[in-house]
Amino acid sequence: MSSTVAPLRPDDRPPLNLTGKKSRQRSEEVIKYALIACALVTLLTTVGIIGVLLFEAAKFFAEVPIWDFLSGTTWTPLFAGSQQEFGVLPLVMGTLMTSLVAACISLPLGLAAAIYLSEFASERARSILKPVLEVLAGVPTIVYGFFALTFITPVILEPLFPNIGTFNGLSAGIAIGIMAMPTVASLSEDALRAVPRSLREAAYGLGATKFEATARVVVPAAISGIVASFILAISRAIGETMIVAVAAGQSPAGQSGASNSVFDLMNSMQTMTGFIAYTFSSDVARDSVAFYSLLGVGLLLFIMTFGMNLASQWVTRKYREEYE
Amino acid sequence: MSLDAKSTGLATSVYSPRIGTRQFIGKVWRWIFFGSTALAIVLLGLLLWSIIEPGWSWLSWNLIANPPSRIAEKAGMNPAIWGSLWIVLGSGIGAFVVGLGTAIYLEEYAAKGRFNDFIQTNIANLAGVPSIVYGLLGLLVFVDLLHMGRSLIAGCLTMALLILPVVVISSREAIRAVPSSLREASYGLGATRWQTIWHHVLPAAFPGVLTGIILAMSRAIGETAPLLVVGGASQVLWKPDGLFSTFMVMPLQIYNWTGRPQEEFEHLAAAAIIVLMIILLLMNSVAIGLRQHFSKKARW
Repeated sequence: MSSTVAPLRPDDRPPLNLTGKKSRQRSEEVIKYALIACALVTLLTTVGIIGVLLFEAAKFFAEVPIWDFLSGTTWTPLFAGSQQEFGVLPLVMGTLMTSLVAACISLPLGLAAAIYLSEFASERARSILKPVLEVLAGVPTIVYGFFALTFITPVILEPLFPNIGTFNGLSAGIAIGIMAMPTVASLSEDALRAVPRSLREAAYGLGATKFEATARVVVPAAISGIVASFILAISRAIGETMIVAVAAGQSPAGQSGASNSVFDLMNSMQTMTGFIAYTFSSDVARDSVAFYSLLGVGLLLFIMTFGMNLASQWVTRKYREEYE
Repeated sequence: MSLDAKSTGLATSVYSPRIGTRQFIGKVWRWIFFGSTALAIVLLGLLLWSIIEPGWSWLSWNLIANPPSRIAEKAGMNPAIWGSLWIVLGSGIGAFVVGLGTAIYLEEYAAKGRFNDFIQTNIANLAGVPSIVYGLLGLLVFVDLLHMGRSLIAGCLTMALLILPVVVISSREAIRAVPSSLREASYGLGATRWQTIWHHVLPAAFPGVLTGIILAMSRAIGETAPLLVVGGASQVLWKPDGLFSTFMVMPLQIYNWTGRPQEEFEHLAAAAIIVLMIILLLMNSVAIGLRQHFSKKARW
């Protein structure tokens, strides 16, 4: 019995058009441009930040010469008349001193935690310690400020330093250090874990102990990532606002009356961010020089942190060891 | 087990000098590393205790239902809870739309090249800009330039820009994790690029995107500095009634109470922190739950 297989498509039908509707192609284009517009928002944000800060800070620098601002050693923007001075150095010192304290805590502790988690910890220890660090990283900074003011100063520092002020740079620095520690730990751990196993095994093969392999092979191999995490942590410490606003006090270093030294961590030590926050929690007239001074401070703050972020990226790129 | 120099009888001093001492040093360091990590647990414990101890007995219905007041016993943060809710939802939706769009563009459309690298570097830099600088941007652009005033919408937009880098970075990772075989199969069946993304890539990447957005929102709920700049520190007695209404958020209310000299307000601030931390904990558990729920389903 012969059977003829019916052709799938009789030839008298028009050929199939698989290119789709015209409208479909047009909407493809529209969607593409909408997505580009989204990507441009991030660019616009950067342009906006730099643009408005420069533009508004220019109004401040028209009143106060930029050199007086950068080299002056007295910061009294809220005073009247001739007592009003705009020397930013005391604020910069406040920021640097609190960040230094924070770095002394967050860098060694963070790196040690990263080494432990990456090289020594068992799966079980990791599963407990890692979430704890994540929780610490997620605590709002205002809570750290509260912790510094109501716990670190009265419970921990006062017994050690009886003369310490209610508001002081030291407690704020310690709290920032605790806040920044998980950042260092997490980023450094990523860097350590990226070091290939073969490097460790080679070190063991040459007779190194676990610690020697870690300290002399693994850590040096991951050093670019570790340094990048250090720079990022310090940059975060410089930009931290609420901890210093709550705990570091509202007079710049050396101007609190209790102390004349800008290095004195025991007394009130306003930072750059602390000044900006303080200006907004007290009502300063919007058109005053005092108000515009905070844009000068904001610009300086932005330049410092932006520079450090770029440095961190540069270190990562320049000194990264590539392993295949 | 370590090789003992005497038992092997070899001239072991060459490769294992003082092995006992060296291993002892290693043990000491191991404990130092462990101690540093375990210190995190101690610190978290102290942090929680320093809040729960003064705050627990001040947790009350008043705190949630009442407006702020000069009398600590009556004071609450109802407007602040509503404000936080609005800010988190508003900024979350804004950052979700723009952030996901950016991530799709960078992963699925943009050719590898200078422009793409430039946008990436830019996003990494934005993630490192201090939050108070975003506040200044919001104040000068949204509040002043666009005449929004110290309003909820200005707060939402500022916060959306602040969390945008986080959303972009996490969404990109989620999209990148979708295997290219899925896209190729879809193209093979004649789908266009957008059809492929919409029907196949996005559903597969969605859990990761969602986790990222919830984590970003939990950052937004704890941020204080930018909203201090944009919204001001003055007390707000009513919950927001529209996009242009004034607002207060929980962390700002806590800041306000912490700054007062009376001790009762310190307790009140601690109680408010407990509420804030519980909300944060809930948001994070949802994010973790989603991640685990979906990671079991999707396996490639």
